[in-house]
Formats: sequence, structure tokens, C-alpha cells
Amino acid sequence: MAANRTKTKKKSIKRYIPLYLMALPGLVYLFINNYLPLPGLVLAFKKFNAKKGIYGSPFVGFKNFKYLFATKDAFIITRNTILYNLVFIIVNTILAIFVAILLAEMTSKVKKAYQSFILLPYMISMVIVSYLVFGFLSTENGFFNNTILRALGKDPISWYMEKKYWPFILVFVSAWKGIGYNCVIYLASILGIDRSIYESASIDGASKWQQIFKITIPLLKPTIIMMTLLAVGRIFYSDFGLFYQVPQNQGALFSVTNTIDTYVYRGLLELGDMSMSSAAGLYQSIVGFILVLGSNLIVKKIDPEYALF
Amino acid sequence: MRTREEKRFQIFAHIVMIILSLLAVVPFVLLVISSFTDNDTLIANGYSFTPEKWSLYAYEYIFKTGNSVLHAYWISICLTIVGTIVALSITTMLAYALSKPDLPGRNVFMFLVFFTLLFNGGLVPTYIVYTNMLGIKNSFWALLIPGLLMNGFNVMLMKSYFSSSIPAEILDAAYIDGATEFKTFTSVVLPLSKPIVATIGLFAGIAYWNDWMNGYIYLTKRTDLYSVQNLLNRMMQNIQYLSQNSARVQDAGVGLASIPSASVRMAMATVGVLPILITYPFIQGNFVKGITLGGVKG
Repeated sequence: MAANRTKTKKKSIKRYIPLYLMALPGLVYLFINNYLPLPGLVLAFKKFNAKKGIYGSPFVGFKNFKYLFATKDAFIITRNTILYNLVFIIVNTILAIFVAILLAEMTSKVKKAYQSFILLPYMISMVIVSYLVFGFLSTENGFFNNTILRALGKDPISWYMEKKYWPFILVFVSAWKGIGYNCVIYLASILGIDRSIYESASIDGASKWQQIFKITIPLLKPTIIMMTLLAVGRIFYSDFGLFYQVPQNQGALFSVTNTIDTYVYRGLLELGDMSMSSAAGLYQSIVGFILVLGSNLIVKKIDPEYALF
Repeated sequence: MRTREEKRFQIFAHIVMIILSLLAVVPFVLLVISSFTDNDTLIANGYSFTPEKWSLYAYEYIFKTGNSVLHAYWISICLTIVGTIVALSITTMLAYALSKPDLPGRNVFMFLVFFTLLFNGGLVPTYIVYTNMLGIKNSFWALLIPGLLMNGFNVMLMKSYFSSSIPAEILDAAYIDGATEFKTFTSVVLPLSKPIVATIGLFAGIAYWNDWMNGYIYLTKRTDLYSVQNLLNRMMQNIQYLSQNSARVQDAGVGLASIPSASVRMAMATVGVLPILITYPFIQGNFVKGITLGGVKG
């Protein structure tokens, strides 16, 4: 294709002016939204003083990080972010593959409807999700306390006060919202498998389950590995809405719902602790960057097709 | 033998998928039924799938007195339309320029777009830029601009569509015919790129309709600019605040009357999610295509 274009290449730079003009709004936006904030990262090394601004505030070296890592919070938010993400990756991948295989093998046309239903939660904002969860878990009016627990003759539970339930609730909500999306990707990958492999397997007498475990899953392996590695690259980032909206920012739950993202948010806008917040933010940006680069390197080794770069 | 095994498998698959579909839909059903439940019944029996007494009161209340909901709806609609149009324009134009292999400086631009996928400054520096440097706090711009207007991933997706699906001959022909670059873009390239434009427009539209973060972070005083999501969010916070501080609230007189009753809340959430539920059957096919496109490439 490049050879084709060399013919048209000898025009002067003038020819490209319209293209530069077209690119300009997008580039300006990237500059404002993504590059202009970068110098602000230096705040992590400063003691922020609102009067003096970012550049006037005095440098304090690594002091903010020292304070951050001396608190229990640093450990808790890192642990929560990584552990939740790991569980989400495992649960969502297994369920999505299971559902994708069922859908791929189904002959009835209803399968389209099934797929639409399970993708629906993906379209909804976390604010709406928090209402849906509240409908079930509200202490006074919730369906669980008023209908299920009452029928069982049990005492109502203050769901939003009890830590022990939340790891399960969050994993459930994440799966409920995310499976449809992951399922679409795996389904596309399964439908790309050559059907003649299955035909010859079934002529050889392989049962349905044998076909699934001996053909479908092994052939899905590259997709599974890529999707997982890409998710691992994002393991230092959490879904802010899930951890902030769904538990409704309840202090009693912080030890199991606080992640790096919610910590940075609360530090900045609820507690006004700019130094800690920016230190935690930079910590996330840098470790996150290393993880993305690392996982992409591995993806590239396995299959350059899937690599980001 | 074979067919019996096949039949059993199909039945098993149907049962599993019916259960999962119900799990996906049931929370919405509870939401909608609760919104049509008589408020006293609701307080006595909680949110239920089989209320003793139904009522339209919540909706009457919203449409008679709930100016704030309708106003927020208006904001959300404007935001979604303006956001989608601007997002699509700047994304397609940048992607088109980047799809020209001979554009001088293209590699630098590509890197600038790409780097945003790998590294970002995070909330604190972004917040400082938008509030202190650009001063868009408490304005409509705060809903529109931060984070949502364009993302590098969509640019890359669109760029690869342009370079792989639009034959260079057609572009050369248009150029020879004397069409300007912009004219070629609008009358040749865009019509040929309907699928990707529809997909990315859809993603942008849903992102704008569902966004609550921008309003939550930047609209501290201008609650009149609240989108539906922001309004619902604030209402939920007020409810939580009340249930935790009910004694103190009565002293302070933070008007209990201003907090909508249990059924009205659910009706407001229903109204908020309605546009998604109504358009979903029509957009989901395109949405699925979009996910596959991004998922495989991404």
C-alpha cells in the first residue's frame, strides 16, 4: 500500500495542511485531558499549599510516600485492589467461557435473546446498579430482609454495616455486570473455530462434553491468555463506581471496599489530603504503567497479533 | 444415542441460560414493580415482586412536582447529543489524518495517542487542570469535557478501520477529481465507514448518558446542571444520610419532606434507566459488533 502512495507523495507540504487541521481538535483535546495534567504529578513530592499552587508549594522529597506507606491504608488499598481484581478475573473468565460455550452449542434461535438479556446489565450506570442493589439489601425496605429473611424467620441484617458480606456482594455485582461483555468476546472466538473439527470428532464418537473439553477449550486458550494478561495489566486500577457507589461510601465497610481509586478520590475531595492523595495516585500510575508494559511484553512473546504495541 | 445426548445437552443449556437471564433481568423487574407500589404497602412489606397494593402515585408525583427530574432529563439528553456529536467529529477526523501513512509527523502523533493508553496522571492532576487552570468547575463544560470526549483506544480502532477497509484507489480517485481532503472525508470516507462510526457513536452516547463522575466531582454548586445520574446519586446519598442520622436530622430540620418517599425514589431510578431499556433492543446488535471489534483488537 505504501508503494501505491509514493506516487502521490511528491506534493508539497501544503497538501497536508487540511489533514493537520482535521487532526488538530483531537490533538488539542489529548493535550488538555492527558498531557497537561502530567506535570501535576510532581505534587506527590510536595507539601501542597493552596495559596502557593502546585509550583509554589515546597518540595518535601519522598516524605508523602513515607507517610502513605507508614499507614495501614497503603496496605489495605493495595491488597483490596489486587485481590478483588484477581477474583474478578478468575470468576468472570470462567463464567463467561461457560456461558459462551453453551450459547455456541445451542441450536435454538432463542440464544440471541439469552445473549441480549445477560448483556443488559453492562449498559447500566453504576448509580442505577446501586439502586438495584439497594432494592435487595436496604435494611428497612429491602427484598432480602423483608421477604426472604422474614419468611425464614430470621432477623433482618444491616447489610450496609456488615463487612463480611461485601467481598461476595462485590464479586457478584462485578460478575452480574461484566459477564455479558466477556461472553461476547469468547463467543466470537468460539464461532471462529473451524466446524469441520467438530464434525470429524463426532464421527469418531466424541461426546458433546468431550468435544468441549478436548476441542473448544484448548482452541480458546490463546484468547483466554490474552484477555487475562490484558486484565492483569489493569490490575492496579479498580472500577471506581463499583467500589464507591454500590457500597454507598459507607465508612463501616471501608476495610473491604477501599481501593486505590476510592482512596485517591476521598483524599482529594472528601478529606482534602492532597499530599497523600497525589502520592497514592502516582504510586498507581507508575506501578500500573509497569504492569501494562510487562503484560504486553508477555502477550507479544505469545502472539504479536494481540499485543497493544 | 447421539441425539439423546444432544437433546439432554440442549435442555441443560436452556435451563442454565434461563436462570442467568432471569438473574440479569430480575433486579430491573423489582425496581419497576417497586415504583408502581403503594407507598404504605412498601414501607410495611419492603420492595416486593408481588405488592398487595399498586399505585401510580410515584409517577404522578414526578410529573406534577418533579421539575428537577425533568430538568435533569433535559440536561442528560443535551449532554448525550452534544457529547456524542463532538466525540465522533474529533475522533473520526484525527483517526482519518492518522490513517494517512505519508503524513509527515504521523509517528509522533501516533505515539501521543498511544501513550495515553499506557499512562495517565490520574485524578489529582486532572482535577487541578480542570478546576484551577481551565476553570470549568460548575459549568456545563465540566460534564462534557473531562475524560469522555475522546479516548486513544477509539482513535486507534477507527484509524485501523480507515486504513484497512477504505481502498486507497477510491481516495486517489477523489483526489484526482479535485475533491478537497475534507470533502473526500465527509462524502467518501464517512459513508464507507458507517459500521465503525455507529459503533463508536454508540459507545460514546452510552458513556455520556451513564456518566455520573464528572458531575459528582466538578458540579459542587450548580446542582441545576445535574444530569439524571447526578440527581439519582444525590438522592441516594441523602437517604443514606437520613437513615444514619435520623435523630440529628429532625433537630436540624434538614427537610424530611424534601426526600422523596420510597416508591418515588424507585420511580425516579426507573425513569433514569428507561432510555437504555427502550433503545436496548435496537442498539444491542451494533453494540455486540462493537465489543467484538474492540475485544479482538484490544
